[in-house]
Amino acid sequence: MSSDLSEFLEVFFEECSEGLVIMESGLIALDSDNVDNEEINTIFRAAHSIKGGAAAFAMTEVADFTHVMETLLDEMRDGRRQVSRPAVDLLLTSLDGLTNMINAIRTEQPIDVAQIERLKAELDAMLATSGSTDDSSGEDLTDVPGPHAASQASEVSSDNADCGAQTMRWEIQFTPNANLFATGNDPQHMFRALAELGELEVTANTDAIIGLEGYVPHSCYLSWQLVLASEASEGQIREVFAWVEDDCGLTISNTPLAEARALVAAQTAVSVAAPAAASTEDNLAQVSTPLAPTVVVASETPATQPSTIQAVHGAAQSKARQSSSEGASIRVNIDKVDELINLVGELVITQSMLGRFSDGIQDDELETLRAGLITLSRNTRELQEAAMQIRMLPISSCFNRFPRLVRDLSAKLGKNIELKITGEGTELDKTVLEKINDPMVHLVRNSLDHGIEMPEERKAAGKPKTGTLTLNASHQGGSILIEVIDDGAGLNTEKLRSKAIERGIIAADADMSDEQINNLIFHAGFSTNDVVSDLSGRGVGMDVVRRNIEDLGGSVSVHSVRGTGSTLAIKLPLTMAILDGQLVQVGDQTYIISLVSIVESLQVTLDKANVIAGTSEVYQFRNEFLPVLRLHEVFNIIPNSTDLDKGLLVVVEANGGRVGVFVDDLLGQQQVVIKSLETNFRQVDCLAGATILGDGTVALILDIPGLVRHSHSRSPIAASRQQAA
Amino acid sequence: MARILAVDDSPSMRRMVNFTLKNGGFDVLEAEDGVQAFEVAQRESVDLVLTDINMPRMDGFELIAKLRTLPNYKFVPILTLTTESSAEKKAKAKAAGATGWIVKPFDTEQLISVINRLVC
Repeated sequence: MSSDLSEFLEVFFEECSEGLVIMESGLIALDSDNVDNEEINTIFRAAHSIKGGAAAFAMTEVADFTHVMETLLDEMRDGRRQVSRPAVDLLLTSLDGLTNMINAIRTEQPIDVAQIERLKAELDAMLATSGSTDDSSGEDLTDVPGPHAASQASEVSSDNADCGAQTMRWEIQFTPNANLFATGNDPQHMFRALAELGELEVTANTDAIIGLEGYVPHSCYLSWQLVLASEASEGQIREVFAWVEDDCGLTISNTPLAEARALVAAQTAVSVAAPAAASTEDNLAQVSTPLAPTVVVASETPATQPSTIQAVHGAAQSKARQSSSEGASIRVNIDKVDELINLVGELVITQSMLGRFSDGIQDDELETLRAGLITLSRNTRELQEAAMQIRMLPISSCFNRFPRLVRDLSAKLGKNIELKITGEGTELDKTVLEKINDPMVHLVRNSLDHGIEMPEERKAAGKPKTGTLTLNASHQGGSILIEVIDDGAGLNTEKLRSKAIERGIIAADADMSDEQINNLIFHAGFSTNDVVSDLSGRGVGMDVVRRNIEDLGGSVSVHSVRGTGSTLAIKLPLTMAILDGQLVQVGDQTYIISLVSIVESLQVTLDKANVIAGTSEVYQFRNEFLPVLRLHEVFNIIPNSTDLDKGLLVVVEANGGRVGVFVDDLLGQQQVVIKSLETNFRQVDCLAGATILGDGTVALILDIPGLVRHSHSRSPIAASRQQAA
Repeated sequence: MARILAVDDSPSMRRMVNFTLKNGGFDVLEAEDGVQAFEVAQRESVDLVLTDINMPRMDGFELIAKLRTLPNYKFVPILTLTTESSAEKKAKAKAAGATGWIVKPFDTEQLISVINRLVC
């Protein structure tokens, strides 16, 4: 049981995450002036589901806490309490507390009890500010985790301990109302439950049965005298009747069994005789009742309690053992899995078809073999795509955290900011998705903090007081484009230029376009301390953002227009596991360049190549000079030729910088599976990984951003960026 | 084999209830809200219904009341499985025609023994 429970726990935690997101986005939406009751209801239901699940998994703290939140929501839903900003704020902070608590349980960390208690006290205080809370919260609060009715393991067992082992003779008079059956209740159920507590004698009283005329088959005309010899407490016996206590007359009395034994014998004889006589009078009516009027059942299972308590313990232990690392499981659209299974099936068929041929191929069957191989390769490719699809998740899970962040931060900054989200259905590799969160938060914070102006400033500039921040995701070729767009002040290019010169990042006479200067905000030298710019952070590095994104095989750039706003664009590969590569040859080695980063490949015209300062080679490409990077020099191998005009120049781009990579020749283009060098060997500069080619040889994948950095570190950026005359 | 209709909007609860009941030797039908449960009920006969109260589209109260209008659900035991433990909610469920209630967290063995009493 315990091992299975962990599986449910995982599902529960996933559900919790979803519920928490629903609650958060709902609460943020509530903030506006007109209150949508359906919205509150949605939040309430999410809270309620978490509470229910938590209670079911014996996470009392979660259930208790959620309950208080739920009570507050309930009051809002019923209109007993106004949806006020303080209330929503408190619910949001409570939600954070709840999230922390659930995460703590999930990761087996201790719960921050102090935080929870504080939040609970605040919630209680808020609930107490209106007179309407007592009746609804009072009772519920105490008995949320407290077992009721059928689920009373702990209470029942303590009862057992209290009353010792004395067997009592219980006399129970049970007179149900006529409508007992209308709720599906049947006295037999209760008699069976009583029989589990001890030795039971049941005697039906048929006096109330009327004649056929006016007889209602659905009505209960019977009452019962029950005699139970049991060690059970009165509470336990009443428990059996808990579902019907409002629909029946019930009297329970007892005498110690030893004293009553003789009496019992005599009474039993009498009571058994009585119904026999009665039934002869109204025998027809009796037959039509759905009951066996007299049941004498011996006790088979005197106590189920000890074993049930063990089960509860087992559950708790399994919770403790449960190690749930984030990302251990992902929820996948069933269509994707079906597609994959379907393809595997196809592949197996093709495989077996080819296998049959290997026994002996006739010439005339070569065509069939060829056809089979074509199918096999297509299936394999599709299978690979389908497998990759499984890892793809919509970016909404990343975007969804921003309404809250924008709300909180804009309040803190005293700015009016509206958040727009578009393209949230765009799918991204799960690994990329997880790692993109931090850079995104950073970019959004920057835009809010430094991009969008204060309301007065905006008004003075003739803009609407409310600034707009847009998050957009879209497919662009083989990549994903994520944009953070603000309609703020834009970058102060002049300020950036002077800062860059001051810091020695660019030469004083550097002739660079505004775009190039703007992109210097991602330069490491810029973000180490308090750079005064509109976008770069307070000592928190945009270069860190850039590096994080580069680690994902992506790039980041900024496009800004002074006075009208900035757009930060992150370009990411669809997936991290597969790369569309261009195979290039240098000497006897094959390298792979990501197609995304290739601008152009060209044959070198020698008169466009120059050597600067005796060492740095540049090549005139359109109207700019590119640093030339000889791959054979970087990796120290012998090329077929060192003459530029005997080889090819592959122009690559990363972080707004371009480099001409000199290689011997271009080979083919193909999709390659990226194997990490770090896991198999160690990190090597300028290499992003390796792959195994179709013929079994290993080819190294170039790290283009790394190469671009490498070339810039060799040649001062100012020199390489000279505009063509 | 006794057949049980388990109604809950939470997949984890449904899975847990399903698992518990199947282990207890029952055949289980699932529905994720009142509307779906009522559809199932019109097609299938069951020996017992176990339903959540708070659900989207159609809640447990409404479901119970509607089930009781179906001839073959007139006397079928219907239990609510819920955290709603207030007397008011219980009374409301009873008024709708519920047989009884089981409060989360339920103990698996006790759930089985309670259901066994009701369906055998």
